[in-house]
Amino acid sequence: MNIATYSRERLGQYMATDGVRFRTGPFVVDLRSTLPAVVEGIHQMYGEYPLIESDHADFYLHLKQPAGIRHWWRPQVCFALDGHEPFKPLPLSQAFPMFEWALNWCVASHMHCYLIIHAAVVERDGCVAVLPAPPGSGKSTLCAGLISRGWRLFSDELALISLKDRRVIPLPRPVGLKNNSIDIMRAYAPQAVIGPNYTDTRKGTVAHMKAPTTSIRRADESGRAAWIVFPKYTAGAEARLTPRDPGQTALYLAQNAFNYSVLGRAGFETLTAVVDGCRCYDFEYSQLDDAIEIFAALELPYA
Amino acid sequence: MPELRNWVLECLRQPQRAADFSDADWDLLIRQARHSNLLARLDWLFQQHPAVQPPIWAERHLEAARRVSDRQQIAVRYEIGQIVRAMRPLQQPVILLKGAAYVATGLAPYHGRMFSDIDIMVPKPVLERAEQRMLLAGWMSAHHDAYDQKYYRTWMHELPPLRHRRRGTVVDMHHTILPETARLKPDAARLIAAAVPVEGLEQVFVLAPLDMILHSATHLFHDGELENGLRDLVDLDALLRHFATDDGFWPRLQARAEEMDLQRPLYYALRYCRELLQTPVPESALAATSPHQPRFAALMDMLFQRALRPDHVSCNDAFTGLARWLLYVRSHHLRMPLHLLLPHLVRKAIKRRRESTPLGGHPLEKKAAD
Repeated sequence: MNIATYSRERLGQYMATDGVRFRTGPFVVDLRSTLPAVVEGIHQMYGEYPLIESDHADFYLHLKQPAGIRHWWRPQVCFALDGHEPFKPLPLSQAFPMFEWALNWCVASHMHCYLIIHAAVVERDGCVAVLPAPPGSGKSTLCAGLISRGWRLFSDELALISLKDRRVIPLPRPVGLKNNSIDIMRAYAPQAVIGPNYTDTRKGTVAHMKAPTTSIRRADESGRAAWIVFPKYTAGAEARLTPRDPGQTALYLAQNAFNYSVLGRAGFETLTAVVDGCRCYDFEYSQLDDAIEIFAALELPYA
Repeated sequence: MPELRNWVLECLRQPQRAADFSDADWDLLIRQARHSNLLARLDWLFQQHPAVQPPIWAERHLEAARRVSDRQQIAVRYEIGQIVRAMRPLQQPVILLKGAAYVATGLAPYHGRMFSDIDIMVPKPVLERAEQRMLLAGWMSAHHDAYDQKYYRTWMHELPPLRHRRRGTVVDMHHTILPETARLKPDAARLIAAAVPVEGLEQVFVLAPLDMILHSATHLFHDGELENGLRDLVDLDALLRHFATDDGFWPRLQARAEEMDLQRPLYYALRYCRELLQTPVPESALAATSPHQPRFAALMDMLFQRALRPDHVSCNDAFTGLARWLLYVRSHHLRMPLHLLLPHLVRKAIKRRRESTPLGGHPLEKKAAD
């Protein structure tokens, strides 16, 4: 059974009462909300995620409107993790993006059995490409482009690396597209499901692209990190892949990991082993088609 | 009304009970433990009971808490070293309080303990110079508001929290253990006189065992707002069990409480440790504190029984919110007389309302800590 088994109305009823319990990657999420935008977003983006009839959930999320005057006047949405509200509310129109941000935060700030790096992650034939980069570098756009051309989506935000065996763990969720990349992807991947535009968020305009069906279906198949590629979108640039120093790469990843400092030695050992086993590149591009071609020809680091 | 299932308390008393836990029990335990900052403590207890085999998904949460706690303890040790270095030129004693003291001396409560800040105490005449040393070493006052500064410096037993500008660690620097305006007046000079040096660290001390217990009790029942109530009770339980084997422990504890004017907090500590965590407190010790029970003992019981539960919806009943609110008001009332308290609470309420408008930054912006 998956979420799409329910009609939009039934889903709304469940989410308003008991909550809907579904699996994404290694985690079970229990989500409650009466907000139509959240129900709609879940219905559109999470239809293929398996419903779970378990007695446990890793995260109990509740999205709701705050009580008091802000229920009516410039209405807001707030998010509670198991009854506690760690963040200030956002405008009500951003209810679904808030769910996505909140779930990322839940994973990044609780799941210290993984080294968690801020990066997009895609896979092909068991080999994983990690795409770390600062916001605005075109990481999500490149990730969306690759998964619309056969790469499997692991995540567009969080690289989960197991501390036990250093495998990369999928957490397939909608890809967050920002500003210009929304129209680019609507044109580049017309078959993809892209949700409504949410304007005036603090990241500008945001829209979500549904994770491809195979990514969701194969969410329990981990991969081995093979490439670490730092994408950089430059208008008009010729696509160019240049090798990158592994030491520098490790330092950058450490700074951009959510929990490197929590993990101490285990984090250092995992990170250096992963970088050691990867080819590291800088990648400048302006055309997605060039990027697809170059990624198809990436050389394996091991025989 | 459904039966209250406080699995955290149950497992603190008898960790081996978790060996028979179902998935639903583990689920509830982890949620309650997370909200009482006791997940890593329970993990440590389970490690001592091999019969307890958490399901894989629960083990992930326990492992995560264990890693955070381990890392925090390393950080606390490091920060202690940095504080000592900053203060060395003063040639004055620095006394580690609460969690920092347990970590520095390896005392029982430190296993799996979580930290939010580091508490230290210096003699009041040195306070100003000690603050200067800390500022020179990279800590900054975390409250910029002129009112907050005045509030702490005039009435409180500690400076406004000091946050390190690079590492973000927070140090609370005390000069005594209760606000100057509080009704109980323990004499800080006597605490400092009795303090015990920490091996291997020059000019660093921890409170003497009896004072450590009394301070922990005072902090829990007469100072804080009980946000970590059960965690602090677990500290007390571990300290009492650890030191109870010393000769004449219970009468000496009683006598010290009398000297320090802290019989009331001791009464609460012994009562709730025994009742909730089954700490082996002898009848005679309980009897000795009973003259110091509060006037409305039954009401206080009703309040503390609720506030010492995990702050999780499964442990709440119709009165929990009211109980926590009354204890919040009480904690302020104990701190300062009414003519100071009322303007302070009004100011705090207005400020909180103003701060609730989100500003720039990450899409999800954290609420202010206070």
